[in-house]
Order: sequence, then C-alpha cells, then structure tokens
Amino acid sequence: MGFDPRYLERNFTSVGTRPVRPDGLDKVTGRARYGADFNMAGQLVGAILRSPHAHARIRNIDTSKAEKLAGVKAVVTSADLPDLTDGNAEMYAILDNCMARGKALYDGHAVAAVAAIDARTARKALKLIEIDYEVLPHVTDVDEAMKPTAPVLHETVFTEGVEPTPDKPSNVAKRTQYGHGDIEAGFGQADFIVERSFKTEQTHQGYIEPHACVANANSDGTADLWVCTQGHFVYRQHCAELLGLEVSKLRVTSSEIGGGFGGKTHVWAEPVALALSRKAGRPVKLVMTRDEVFRASGPTSATSIDVKIGARKDGTITAATATLRYSCGPWYGMWAELGAMTSFACYNLENVKTVGYEVLVNRPKVAAYRAPSAPMAAFAVESVIDELAKKLEMDAVEFRIRNAAREGTRSSYGPVYGPIGIGPTLEAAKNHPHMKAPLGKNQGRGMACGFWFNFGGQTCTDINIGPDGSVSLAVGTMDVGGSRASLSMVAAEELGIPYENVKAVVADTSSLGYNDMTDGSRGTFSTSLATISAARNAIQVLRERAAQTWDIPVEDVAWEKGHAVAKGEKYGNLPSLSLKEIAAKAGNTGGPIAGHSELVADGAGVSFATHICDIEVDPQTGATKVLRYTVVQDAGKAVHPTYVEGQYQGGAAQGIGWALNEEYIYGTDGRLQNAGFLDYRIPVCSDLPMIDTQILEIPNPNHPYGVRGVGETSIVPPLAAIANAVSNAAGVRMTHIPMSPPRILAAIKGEQAG
Amino acid sequence: MEEAVGLLTGSAGTAAILAGGSDLLVRMKGGFTEPDLIVDIKSIDGIGEIRQTAEGFSIGAAVPCAMLGENEALKRAWPGVVEAARLIGSKQVQGRCTIVGNLCNASPAADSVPALVAAGARASIVGPAGRRTIAVEAVPTAPGKTSLAKGEIIDAILLDERPARSADAYLRFIPRTEMDIAVVSAGVSLTLDTAGTITAARVALGAVAPTVLLVEEAARILVGSKADEATLQKLEEACSAASRPIDDKRGTVAFRKQVAGVMARRAATIAYTRAGDR
Amino acid sequence: MAGVAVSTTINGDNVEYLCQPDETLLDVLRDRLGLTGAKEGCGTGDCGACSIILDDRLVCSCLVLGAEAQGRRVETVEGMAHGDKLHPLQQKFLEHAALQCGICTPGFLIAAKDLLARNPDPSEEEIRFGLAGNLCRCTGYDKIVRAVQDAASVMKGA
Repeated sequence: MGFDPRYLERNFTSVGTRPVRPDGLDKVTGRARYGADFNMAGQLVGAILRSPHAHARIRNIDTSKAEKLAGVKAVVTSADLPDLTDGNAEMYAILDNCMARGKALYDGHAVAAVAAIDARTARKALKLIEIDYEVLPHVTDVDEAMKPTAPVLHETVFTEGVEPTPDKPSNVAKRTQYGHGDIEAGFGQADFIVERSFKTEQTHQGYIEPHACVANANSDGTADLWVCTQGHFVYRQHCAELLGLEVSKLRVTSSEIGGGFGGKTHVWAEPVALALSRKAGRPVKLVMTRDEVFRASGPTSATSIDVKIGARKDGTITAATATLRYSCGPWYGMWAELGAMTSFACYNLENVKTVGYEVLVNRPKVAAYRAPSAPMAAFAVESVIDELAKKLEMDAVEFRIRNAAREGTRSSYGPVYGPIGIGPTLEAAKNHPHMKAPLGKNQGRGMACGFWFNFGGQTCTDINIGPDGSVSLAVGTMDVGGSRASLSMVAAEELGIPYENVKAVVADTSSLGYNDMTDGSRGTFSTSLATISAARNAIQVLRERAAQTWDIPVEDVAWEKGHAVAKGEKYGNLPSLSLKEIAAKAGNTGGPIAGHSELVADGAGVSFATHICDIEVDPQTGATKVLRYTVVQDAGKAVHPTYVEGQYQGGAAQGIGWALNEEYIYGTDGRLQNAGFLDYRIPVCSDLPMIDTQILEIPNPNHPYGVRGVGETSIVPPLAAIANAVSNAAGVRMTHIPMSPPRILAAIKGEQAG
Repeated sequence: MEEAVGLLTGSAGTAAILAGGSDLLVRMKGGFTEPDLIVDIKSIDGIGEIRQTAEGFSIGAAVPCAMLGENEALKRAWPGVVEAARLIGSKQVQGRCTIVGNLCNASPAADSVPALVAAGARASIVGPAGRRTIAVEAVPTAPGKTSLAKGEIIDAILLDERPARSADAYLRFIPRTEMDIAVVSAGVSLTLDTAGTITAARVALGAVAPTVLLVEEAARILVGSKADEATLQKLEEACSAASRPIDDKRGTVAFRKQVAGVMARRAATIAYTRAGDR
Repeated sequence: MAGVAVSTTINGDNVEYLCQPDETLLDVLRDRLGLTGAKEGCGTGDCGACSIILDDRLVCSCLVLGAEAQGRRVETVEGMAHGDKLHPLQQKFLEHAALQCGICTPGFLIAAKDLLARNPDPSEEEIRFGLAGNLCRCTGYDKIVRAVQDAASVMKGA
C-alpha cells in the first residue's frame, strides 16, 4: 500500500502541544554526551598541523623527528590518504581540504597530523614536523579574486557556464543564470529605477561545540566513528569513500550535537582521525580547538552583489536584476547559484534575471550556513526594495504586498508556487502592533522579507512496539534542536497514544537505512513524513493482529484513538483492543510489531518570513542597539510551537550578529586575525531584546499535517531588516555588512561631509 | 612573598606569575608561552585583600576584580576604577582577573589601566632589591612589556583617600555590550571646589597609543572650568588630537581618534556630576 | 613535569587527583574525573560553557589550573540536582525550552545559579548582563532569560 503524503485537515491531540523534550533531562544535568564527551579504551589524542600561509606549495614534509618522539604512535600526511575519488571532483575537494595535497590553499589548511599518548606529546610532535613551503601570492577578497591579474588558485579551473569556455584558467569557477521575461523591456517601462552595489563579509556558524570525534579503524576493515555531525550517514559515506572502506563496515554513531547550522554537514577532521587510527592501530580522539574551528571549518561566503530594480509609479515592479559574486574558498561550491535562485523569490515578477559567479579565494572551504547564500542576496534586494519604495513615496510594506508572490506565481528561479506564505506574513507584519509603536530620537524601524526552499530527501525510520505497549522510534536525522520531541509527538498522534509512551532515538548507521543529513530545514518535515508512514505501517500490523485475534477480515478492523475497533454491526459485541493489549500478545500472534518506512520526502513546502526591527544608532560613535525585534513566519503546521519559536528566535539572533558585528578579518598576509570568540563577535545576552514571534500556518499540501521546514528562513531577513532600520535611524544607506560601528560612523560622517 | 621573589629571581627559564590566570592560561592555551615555572601568588598573606589605610586603599595583587565591586568604601571613593575593573571580560573572568594582572599584561587596551592612571594610582613593587613604589603609568612600557625587573612582583595597587567633591569615571567603546576588548577608552578623575569649578583633573585614554596615554592638555582644559559645553568641546578635540592609534581588527585610526574624544567628554560629564553630588 | 597531588571538594564530595602543573581544571574535570558536564567551547574564557563555581565565585574552569583547586570547593552542573529532584533552574530550562542543542546549558545553569544567589530578584537587564559571559548560538537568549525569570520567582516563593 503506497503512502499518501497529501494534506488532510484534522484535529490534533499531540501535535501543537508543548511537552518537555525527551533528551532534555540529560542536557540539564550534564549527562548528555557530545562529540568530546566520549572515550574509548586505549585511545590516543590526535592533533593537526595547519598551514600558516594563505597559499603555498609544499615542497617537502619531514615527519621523521616527530615519529621518533616517545609517545607518538602515528603521523599522517596526504600520502596516507591516497586519492580514491576516481574523478569525482566534489569528493576530491573534500579530500584535498582534509589534508593538503601539494599546495596549502588557506591559512589553517591541514598539512599533517599526529596521534600520541596525550595532548602534550601530540602538540610537541606537531612542532617537530618540518615543512618546506614555497609561499605563493594569495587572494582573499572576492572582487580581487575575479580580476584577471589575481593569483590563480588552480591552473585547472576554467569558468563553467560561459560560451565559449575561456582558454585561460581563473578563480571564477562557474557562472549560473536564472530568470524569465525581457529585462530591457521591463526597465523601459519603469518610472523609477534604483541600482546599488553591496558587500557582505564572511561569517561563521559559530556553533559552541568544536568539531570532535573518536575514530577506531580495525585491521579487518571494520571501523567505528563517534562524531558530532548533522548527518552521520553522509559522514559515513564520505569517510568510507576517502579511506577505501566498505560503507556498511563503518559504523558511525552521532553524538549529541552542540550546534551545527550547516557547518557540520561536511567532514573535516574525521577522515584524518580514521587514517591516524588505522596507522596507529588504536582509537584516536580528535577535537578541534576554537582557533581551528574558525580557521579550518566551513564559514559562509563573502559576497559582492549588484542589484537593479525598476517600478512604475503605481508601485508595480517592472524589472529586477542582480549579479552575485560569492566566495567559495579554494574549491567550487554552488553558493552564488543559491543566491541567484533566492534573490527575488519573494516577488511576482514579469521580468527578472540573476547571474551568479562562484569565486575561488584563499580562505577556508565554504560550507552551508542556515539558508545558505540567501541572507546576503536578501540584504541587497530588500535594501533596494526599501529605497525604491521611498522613491515611489509608498509605504515599504504596501510596496512589498503589492508585488508579493502568490499561489500560481512563476518564481524567479523557475517553479510555479503552490499555496505560500509571503503575502500572509506581510499582512501580519502590517497589522502587528510593532509596526505602529512610536520611535524616539536616533531610532529607526526596518523590515524585510525572506525566502528559503526547504529540502526533503532520503529518509528512513523504524517504529518498534514493545511488549508493554511503549513505542520506540528510531530516526536517522540528527536532532539539532528538539526534533526528537516533535517526531515523538507525530508518532503519538498517528498511533493515537500519549506522547509519554514514545521514546525517540537517533539510530547509528548500522541500525537504520540511509538518511540524508539534517539540513535544508528537512529534519522535522521529512522525518515526520517517514514517521507517519512508519506508524501507518505499524497500524496495519496492529490491525492484522487484532483481526487475527478476533478471527475476522482485516478490512473490518479500524484504528481509532490507539485502539483496534471491529467495524460493523455484526461485531457489535467485540470490545476494542488497545495498542497495549495487542502488543502484549504479539509473541503469540506473529512476533514483534513494527512499522518501517523508507522514502524520498518530496514536496517540502517553501517557506517565507517577514521581520520587523527597531534600532537606535549613536550618531557620535556608530554604536547600535536592537530595541525591538519581531519575526513573522509560516510554519505550515507547528508541531511543537515552542521549538518553532526557538528556530525563529535563533535564526533572527544569528542574523542580527551577522548584520552588526560578525566578520572574518584577514590581514594583508592572508591570515585570519580573529579566530576566536573574543574578536569574532557573536551576540551576547545583553546585546539582544526579547524576540517576538508570530507563527502562521499555511498548510503544505504535500505533508499529511501540513508541515513545512522552519529552521532556516529566519536568518534570511535580518541583515536587510537591520540595514533598513539603521539606514532609517542614521539617515544613510548602509551597503556593507556587517554594519560595525566604524562603518556606520564613517557613513554618517561621509554623509555630513558630502 | 620572599619565597615567591626568590623563585622568580632564581628561575633559569621562562617564569610566570599566576594570580587570576585569565591572561596567562589563554597564552598557554594558544601556545604563546610555555612557562618552566608558574608561581601562584594567591596564598601570600594579605595579597588577596583590599585594605583601607591611612593614605587610602591598598588593593592586593590577587584580589579578583569582582571583589572591587563588593567593597562599598572603594566604590564610593573610586567609582571609575571599580567600574573599569568590572568591565573586564565576563562575570566568570571577573571572578579571577586582577587589576595588577591587567596592568602587567601591558595591553594598551586594558580596561582598568586608564582608570588607574586617571586616579593617580601607584604600584607597590617587591623585588630582590627590596620595595619601591611607582606611578601605574610607569609600569607598561610597550604592548606586552613592563618596566619590572626580573624577580619583581607588584604586590598591591595603592589609591589615595579622596578629597571632598572628587570623583572619577571610566567609559570604553566596544561593539557589543559586553565581552569585548576596548576599541577606545577614557578615564577621568576630577576634584571640584564648592562653586563647582574643577580644581584638579586627570584624563587618561586607552587603546589609542602603545601604552595608556595620560593627556595633560585635557586636564589643563578642564581645570578652572565647570565642564561647560565649550570646555567639553575643547576636551573632546584635545583627546582626539592626542590619540595616535593604529588600524586593526577592532577599529580604524579615524574611528578611534573620533571616539576617544567622545568617550573622554562623556566620562568627564559623568565624573563631574558624581563629584558635584558629594 | 611532575604531577601535582590535589585534594579538593567537588559537589560536596572529597576528591583527590594527580594532575600536570599546567593542566586546566576543566581538563581535570572532564578527562580525569569523568565530569563532562562542563564543556570546552573556546578554552579562552570567552564562551562560558565551562563555567563552574569555585569557592562561591563563578569562574571559567578553562582559566583555572587543576592544581589551584587544592583545598577549595568546586561546584559543577553535575551537583545541581539533588538525586532526581532537579534544581528549579534545570526544571525551568526544560519547561521553557531554554535549550536547543544544549551544549551551553550547563554553563548557563551554573552562571544563572550564581546570579540568583547574588541577586534573587534580577531585572531582565540584570539577567542579560549577568549572563553575558555565556554564549548561546541557538536560542537568541529569549527563552533562557524567561526561564531564569521564572526560576527566580519560584525560588523566591520557596
């Protein structure tokens, strides 16, 4: 029987309530085990030597002195990670990033690693490794890297996506284009046009838990990996491919994860830990320092974006274009492309065109960061939208409402939208008391919209019903912020039992089929889909067992509120059988009762949000204070509203940090200058106000409960909303993120002088 | 104390003094220092105390900054010094860090130092050659460097008793509301006469030169005035002009020069109001 | 380097250990004593995830040497609950969903415990500044502040 994922309106019992999460007790008592909280008998300590140069050829590595140091059990270089990628460019980039092969491509690039009996010996050993570098010219700025005179990172990169393919190598890895209509004609119809260029600096996800793993590779080809990750199946795949292991012989167990936000979707040190373990013949624990996390994990892109939008006097946008240049680090990624796809997704446009350029620079390999690439594009577009509204003398919200995408709109990236939430979030924002609250001196209000696709993907779950009627739910998507609670609620809802009777766990890679990772806001969407499917399969078994018990056809058994019910008057005397009663007799009716589900979760509903914020600017210092912040976002259906609010608030806070103070600062030597929480300034508690949330529920037609992903969209509008607020407060248009006090003060002074 | 001085004097390799450890352990963690000897001075008699003396206050070298905020007499006499000490790092860091450590770390951006310099504080030093007392501004000589000789330990910071109608204030600029190193800072200490005219002033700026700057020109501008708008404007300009900062990851030259003046003006205004209330 | 023998009190229990002179108390707690509730987020006192209370003072255990604990009292998150009775802060963190990933939670709980011990009735601003040494990247702090407010009112009533 096929699973029908279509939305059906219903009354919920568990879904929509706010129970305590199942993993909460362990987390408030300090018992929960994260990446660095696990140990194996006989384990060694791993440590990685990193390039101090932004770009350098490695002429020779001499590890002999380190190998001779007492207590050192293994030293590895790229020679210990032979290239098994067989022409797969994506895997080769991961391999090259895990351990430099021939060239160090950024400050922090791994060049060698050791495993020793303790941390002190490992650190000592790193100092004994001698590397002969030929320092090469480097480039860290995205615009500089595109210039024909820029140092080229790879002689093998010729810009893809342009005709004809260039005959000279460059740092522009790929050009992509999206849109429809006739741009020139569209601008021809415009009464007003605003055109501006913007820059955003590189930021890091800033998860508090550094990458950590314990690896054990046995001589018989089996291996175990304990690791903090957003996707243990993906890590298994990557590690197995890079080390030449059979996928099913590498068991990966995901620890509790101390934040990821996209940064733990990618292997960094895990293959190195396995290589060290294989060479040493002992388990190896490898934990990054905070300095290493900043220098050598995967921050987001720095960008340079041009936007041009034209509108008629009546407020209709006639044409919109954007050119987006995104830094990728040393290897290609689809970051500008995602920016190009999302830029104008909030709007109903006849003529739209976006062009993205993927640019290679001597900085760490870019990884996903919560709605990757969308916040920067939204910053540029929503800033111009605000400016255009001013020119038109229209209210900024009304202007957006007038041009908002709706059901049936052909999106700027291609597909035609189903029911979507951009209009409703704008209407809700317009009617929100925040919009009408008075403002004081040096204070400004800004608002902006944001979009994210949301992903689905491969998903697999198991439901096992215990002999006492309790239910274990095994999922394969990492719980990054409460999904074990929401998925337990979904299982309880479907089975018709109390939430407390369900215990959800994240199963290891040997206990469950493959799952894509927790990214693209897919965790609750796709795994709840699979959980509903598994629960329905379990219900089918429960009905069969009841039918068998009663000796009636299974077609005559219904499942209602956690009970098998014999349908029809002829069974009038049969009392219903509870899940618990059926489970107790399972041993006599055919064995354990379970429900499984393996599916590709198609139909993730797109997500939209509108944010409002008030900012005060100190005109003498450029200091900013966030006075008030409101998030309005469509959740489809909020399974656990408290955790949905948490996602809205968390994304907004990250966006606020990005907008105001967070940035990677490189010196002219190409080295990162602020690789720590002291000078990479994420918001602290006293920086923020309470963050108000409003959850809208416009059901996703492709999910039985209407669920959409909620995790990412909340980081898309803040950069723009804050830029608009600062611009309104200070009277100058801010075009460079972060809007740090020196940038704001310079803009104010520039405006006064000019 | 003699034992500590002896250990430090006799050590052949790298020796480090441990009081709060909030700088030392960070440097060790980063691999910037690997001391052969760590001398924990916290168990030395009296070094963890704030004492009120005939001359004023003696703040022991191992007194965590949080304790300054818990001493009502010190808070009343030197509110600027106390607020500076309580801006260093977080509550957690303030539970450990000391103003002597802040001084000896010799960062131009150290929070407590401009306040101490403005306050005219002195450092009491014990060493192999005995005891000496110097002005705090004579301790740091360059970023990361001090005038202390081998084996010397600052055992206390000395602050004078306050005359009537005197107060100090400290302000710093940071991008966030907490947890940052000062981008620029200002400490101001004032004494007024009964008519509200400033009779004595000291103005110090942080993070605008290799060491904390005592801006004598700024003090001259304040003395004889009632901190009126024209005086404050001149003060602001003098402080901006005296600043010779650098561009770095925390701020630009232009920003630091401008904001140094703003911080000095605002700190002077606070100090003036406080002094007038006494 | 020779090890240092340390005798101390942790969560009310007498504990003895040997540690290296340059080893942090955080490393001792986590690697020698198996108390992994305190987390290392930075190792430089900038994130607060390793917060503990040392002789009634809130500190980052990454900025304390293991040797310094000699003769002192250490309180960690593992000592907050009494048996299976949670501390009101722990209970309120659960009820308000004041944690998402939870890595910062032990540090926040310890810092909030210290805050409420010093100021049983803090304003929102006092809570925000009191907890500014603890970084959280998931929640935007909203629900953490609310949980502390709620715990404060429960503790006052108790």
